[in-house]
Amino acid sequence: MSVPARVVTLLVAFALVALGAVYVVAHFVVGTLPTVDYTHAASGGVVNVVLQETPENDSSSKPDWVSYYVMKPGANPFQPSSWVHTTLFSVPANTRVNMTIYGYDGCTPPRNNLWSEVQGTLGGVMSFRQFLNANKPKGPTFVTSTLNGWSHCAVGHTFAIPSLGLFIPVASPDASASLCATAPCVAGPYSLEKFSFRTPPHGGDFRWQCFVPCGGGFEFGTGGPMQTIGYMSGQMAVVGA
Amino acid sequence: MSHSAGAGSAPGARHGLRIFLIWLPLAVAADLLIWLAWYPHLPPGRMTDQAQGQQFDIAVMAMLAAPVLLFIWVYFAYALIVWRRRPGDDEDGPPLHGNTKVQATWITATSVIVLGLFVFGTVQLILPAGAGAGEGPSPIWNPASATRLQVQVIGQQWAFTYRFPQFGGLETTQLELPLGEEVEFHVTSLDVIHSFWAYQLGVKADANPGVDNVAYAKPQQLGRFTVRCSELCGLWHGAMFNYGHVVTPATFTAWARTMQAREARIGILRALPPYAPTYNPTVIPQLGQDLVKVAGITGANGYWTPSLPQSGDKGDVFSP
Repeated sequence: MSVPARVVTLLVAFALVALGAVYVVAHFVVGTLPTVDYTHAASGGVVNVVLQETPENDSSSKPDWVSYYVMKPGANPFQPSSWVHTTLFSVPANTRVNMTIYGYDGCTPPRNNLWSEVQGTLGGVMSFRQFLNANKPKGPTFVTSTLNGWSHCAVGHTFAIPSLGLFIPVASPDASASLCATAPCVAGPYSLEKFSFRTPPHGGDFRWQCFVPCGGGFEFGTGGPMQTIGYMSGQMAVVGA
Repeated sequence: MSHSAGAGSAPGARHGLRIFLIWLPLAVAADLLIWLAWYPHLPPGRMTDQAQGQQFDIAVMAMLAAPVLLFIWVYFAYALIVWRRRPGDDEDGPPLHGNTKVQATWITATSVIVLGLFVFGTVQLILPAGAGAGEGPSPIWNPASATRLQVQVIGQQWAFTYRFPQFGGLETTQLELPLGEEVEFHVTSLDVIHSFWAYQLGVKADANPGVDNVAYAKPQQLGRFTVRCSELCGLWHGAMFNYGHVVTPATFTAWARTMQAREARIGILRALPPYAPTYNPTVIPQLGQDLVKVAGITGANGYWTPSLPQSGDKGDVFSP
């Protein structure tokens, strides 16, 4: 091979490697999940955070994965544009978080039924109510410290921040009706669940996750959405003063 | 020029003596330093008998290793100084034909060290009932105490929970242990392989699904200890840790009874499965269903029965 050909080959190879590196870096930076900022929505030491979990996820490249969504502060939960496909949100430190979760997914039994217990909320309880469709309640509101996911098959997922001792079973809707099939869900049967907890007085990132093995198609249900931030795992950023 | 004829060098027989005389006080000083200054601060501390035993083992190993290390350093330094090449010395060194005395000394010394460590290690594994490591479902080295607090450690992605079969099978996310009581850990997993590492307790046992891995420790200091997963187990492996406490026996009993009563009151004790050494990660017998198949269908077969327990709690749930 001639010297010019060698030089050209070398340069091309170098350029390809450099382009690959740039792509990886750019993909990492651009591909970062958005964080829904609730810090400015706090008022009087209280902030209202709204999530939903969906049975499937046709808004992403993983349509058969269950997923959480985070609602924009103060938005209408029955408008698709209100929801952000992410599991990252930020809240202020030393603040009462009033959490609302719209549970659109049907029941899946927790592997460890300890997760049927409501732990770490203010008052040690949560409330939930089933709805047949938007604002059409099916029954009364329950306030309870335990939602037995084994005897009633009433639990779809859990919301847990282990480092804060917060473990909440998320109720499932009456799935005798067809579950929502388009994400984010704004129609179909759902459960409306509410509970409150306090953020710590200091800032920091707190991981949260589902403890129900809901990674369908993966060994013991532990893979896929369970292992992926943006689906059934996320982080709550607590922003200090 | 031969080594022994070098400027400033002693006759061959004296080199060994010189090196020994330099090495000996250094080795004694290092071992005294390790024993008196370092040993009390070595990890994992003295919170349990097992931790104290491990601390002693590490100190002994350090005291054995230090003289060996110092001998190598002293020999290097001696060789560099005494047998260095001097100006105008262009001769080859003398041919080496082996030295039976050196070889015999080397083989004897290393054999004594290795066999001694073998005996020491075996004794230190057997006498403290497994030295805080998991011994599997049928431990052959057991503590003398017949009275033991049983604690089941359940690993799952990504938290440890703890069951106390002697307190009605209560399960918690907190680990409290009584001072002065032998604890019998039964470590298992609900999903993938984890490892229960209670650092200050000197306990480390693999948590395998379907396996009951038994380890022992006897707390002898009050305080907080750290529990970590030490087996790479997925996305949040790095965050799979929490803290436990060694408390007085009275405090422990009060805590356990309170937890048991609370879990009975809110119904979770009834909802837990009967205590068992292991739990099948693929089946929930109480449901008679294959969990993997159920879990994979994203709840499409879900149903709900409205006969939920309505507790008397009127809690702090904000208005719907």
